[in-house]
Amino acid sequence: MAGPRAIQGPAMTDPLKLERRRRAIHGWLLLSPALAMLTVFALYPSVATFWTSLWSRGTRRNPSEFIGLENYRALLEDPTFWKVVWNNLLYAGVTIPASIAIALIMALWANSRIPARSFIRTAYFTPTVLPMIAAGNLWLFFYTPSFGILNKIGALFGAPSVNWLGQPDTALWAICIVTIWKEAGFFMVFYLAALQTIPPDLKEAAEIEGASRWTYLRRIVLPLLMPTTLFIFVNAMINSVKLIDHLFILTKGGPSDSSKLILYYIWENAFAYFDRPAAAAMTIFVLIVLGLLAAFQFLVLERRTHYQ
Amino acid sequence: MSRYIEPILAIALAILWVSPLVVAFWAAFHNVSDAINFRLSAPLTLENFRIAWDGAPWLRYFLNTFLLVTLILAGQFFLCTLAGFAFVQTRFAGRDTVFILVLLQLFILPEVLIVENYRVAASLGLLDSLMGIGAPYMASAFGMFLMRQAFKSVPRDLDEAARVEGCSTLGVLWRVYVPAARPTYLAYALVSISTHWNNFLWPLIVTNSESTRPLTVGLSLFAAPENGVDISVISAATIMVIAPLLIGFLIFQRQFVQAFLTAGVK
Amino acid sequence: MTRFSAVAAILAASTALVNPAAAETELTMYYPIAVGGSLTKVVDGIVADFMDENPDITVNAIYAGNYDDTRIKALAALAAGEPAQLAVMFSIDAYDLIEQDLIVPFEELTDDSAWLDSFYPALMANGKVEGQTWGIPFQRSTIVAYYNKDMFREAGLDPEHAPTTWDEMVDMGKALTTDAHYGLMIPSTGYPYWMFQALAIQNGKELMSDDGTTTYFDDPAVVDTLNFWKSLSTEHGIMPEGTVEWGTLRQAFLEGETAMMWHSTGNLTAVKNTAEFDFGVAMLPAQERLGSPTGGGNFYVFKDASAEERIAALKLIQFMTAPEQAAEWSIATGYMGVSPAAYETDALKAYTAEFPPALVARDQLEHAVAEFSTFETARVRDGLNAAIQSTLTGDKAAEEALSEAQAAAERQLRSYK
Repeated sequence: MAGPRAIQGPAMTDPLKLERRRRAIHGWLLLSPALAMLTVFALYPSVATFWTSLWSRGTRRNPSEFIGLENYRALLEDPTFWKVVWNNLLYAGVTIPASIAIALIMALWANSRIPARSFIRTAYFTPTVLPMIAAGNLWLFFYTPSFGILNKIGALFGAPSVNWLGQPDTALWAICIVTIWKEAGFFMVFYLAALQTIPPDLKEAAEIEGASRWTYLRRIVLPLLMPTTLFIFVNAMINSVKLIDHLFILTKGGPSDSSKLILYYIWENAFAYFDRPAAAAMTIFVLIVLGLLAAFQFLVLERRTHYQ
Repeated sequence: MSRYIEPILAIALAILWVSPLVVAFWAAFHNVSDAINFRLSAPLTLENFRIAWDGAPWLRYFLNTFLLVTLILAGQFFLCTLAGFAFVQTRFAGRDTVFILVLLQLFILPEVLIVENYRVAASLGLLDSLMGIGAPYMASAFGMFLMRQAFKSVPRDLDEAARVEGCSTLGVLWRVYVPAARPTYLAYALVSISTHWNNFLWPLIVTNSESTRPLTVGLSLFAAPENGVDISVISAATIMVIAPLLIGFLIFQRQFVQAFLTAGVK
Repeated sequence: MTRFSAVAAILAASTALVNPAAAETELTMYYPIAVGGSLTKVVDGIVADFMDENPDITVNAIYAGNYDDTRIKALAALAAGEPAQLAVMFSIDAYDLIEQDLIVPFEELTDDSAWLDSFYPALMANGKVEGQTWGIPFQRSTIVAYYNKDMFREAGLDPEHAPTTWDEMVDMGKALTTDAHYGLMIPSTGYPYWMFQALAIQNGKELMSDDGTTTYFDDPAVVDTLNFWKSLSTEHGIMPEGTVEWGTLRQAFLEGETAMMWHSTGNLTAVKNTAEFDFGVAMLPAQERLGSPTGGGNFYVFKDASAEERIAALKLIQFMTAPEQAAEWSIATGYMGVSPAAYETDALKAYTAEFPPALVARDQLEHAVAEFSTFETARVRDGLNAAIQSTLTGDKAAEEALSEAQAAAERQLRSYK
């Protein structure tokens, strides 16, 4: 209906509109390859995950059937799931503030007039370019009981040998430390960039006013770094879900699930236990959390840090 | 006196930060019992590298990783350039909705969707292939976003001028926008290469055999406790795997840091 | 169009050149390695010998990691429609593989019952389900006790007498514990349930029923067993507290961190090649009885394999488990020769005469039982592993941890009864 009229109507004769139309079509054409890929590898899998989570797992005895929210109920009943959720909250709660704080300190140092500054910067940043798997191997040497380096150092001071990766009390912390080590230097870069945009007059003015260095830092620098901090925070949140590679090397989630994180548990359910529906239900849970994070980013942060 | 405290702390932290690497280097060049007992005067040896090199088809792994990052980068450049351009060249109905969808994908990571992405890859016959590892990362929301930002800063006049001279839409993109965004491409390339050189979980899931296994997966197999190789050999293998990226980083340090900055600061 | 078909013709011609008239069967075999050494080379060598003898069969042997990795990879390949005709996988995966309808019983592949009967019966136990044979033993082990004879001498103990009972083990362990090293290490990561099963058997109690649907984790004797394991560190102080790493234990033993270790016999050759001290190997000690579970990997043939592929797969399995290859494999690793005939070969005879510890695992077979295995075995096993580890690390009491594992196992197994 709209077709013929559009052709006969003024749109046809108005070159500006024609051009806009042409560009709109080009716009969609340009987008289509990317959209196709996004649909296949993000949109469709998200929907399919939800669909899968509504079915029971099929075995020879019990073929797969539609069971509604049963998998979610089973998930809520699974003590390991709660353990893993708690672990992940702890992991996020430790690694995010710690790596942000260390990143800030690193940036302040790397930005100040300090001897060996370029060595310091390089040293801080180096872990960023290493694979998490390699980081796991490097740290394994530190944590291994009896001949690990931490225990060798401890022994010099008469400390008893600790099995860092083999104790439920320490395993998750050991994992956290590797993550912080890997992340801090990466985040430092953003602080460093932000610090360099702070005009030097501000510092001079503060000095003339007689403000101490700490006051200057607290009252002027930190507020100016706020957008950067929020940006880093969102990234660190995502990483606290995503960064699990070192678990494969260091603990495999053990001992007794004390260092198991959600994504690792999803992997285990899907590929070691062959229980895709359970893994799908957990994935939906993670997607909801990430969705909330996205909402926070776009609705709250968008107003401060501008995308445009 | 107090003015020395901070530099000392800064340097101490720096030493702490590189110590895992330094220790691994040291262990890689010593035999295992010298390494774990810290005999500082012990002789150097290349034996660990020989054992590590013989223990797995590293050359194949290197080749796989190299092809993989190249493939992903090519795919990302292609898709993200077109999409990024689509978002700036004109306003059209639905554009902003699509853009928000794309942004959302910054949060829906391919890592989280492993369960169904695996099925998708299987049904497309992409399992155990480089394309299977790379495909989910190609339409990178991050890349589209980055290219959109870069193209935005291209002056409108240049665009119009090229069009007046008779350039087609793709011609304008190729002649005006792509050259202007060269620094962004470089930054994106460095970030993409270092991300995918290091990626592990998805390649672990999708690959089955030596012919596609990238370095990270090969290293994790090689260093698995069941393989029973000692810590010096693991260190040697780890050093081998990280060497290319590490050397590249040390040489092009400034570009790397700049790249992460360009890519990160939106 | 024409160019395309020309290319096709050239391709066809060139493959015809490479593959002479004989119909070629291609097999893909996934296999794991769970103990030390560059064993992939040994497997590749045996496979190469097989292909020399059978030029019409090509075998791609793919090393896929540990037992869990291998199961994951092989089944993933099957699910994706990629070729995989046979695999060496955990002997205890049988229930799940049957349940997922992935493997065929060997009775469907051959009527040669003499061949099926030629293996040690204890090694067939895990592969026999519902009256049929689903797995053929390949890299099979029992747990044995390795001990450092030099340390025995230093402690004033008889280096030719390893502990034969739990009490003796504790007493000797105390004598062997010094500031520099522990008396004993039993690994509790990787495969903690395996070590635990050994202790439970010795204490006179099995962990599961024969049909794979019931577990006995909360039985008093089982709780007792776990308390004993824990007491080795907390009460007797002869083992480090917390967990002992499976993967680095051999290294720790070789570095003199411990006087005794329990480990798979599959480590034997690696220990022999690197130990700088005099060491011995003994059967595990007894409480109520002697005992160790068997362990290790069996050959399975997948249902999807075509008729020719099944024949070729059977040929390959028969070759790799034949006495000569079994002997070669046993010498290279320390795994058992899977049939009595293997120990009658000249190679293994000569080897065991010169190195008697290589016979300990086999001699222990008469006291061995099937390895822990149920339906949903990976999950049930992980629950048990978690219970063991949380007890050893002092997180929970043995009774509490084991009843939780029992409750979880009952939940998993409900639908199989």
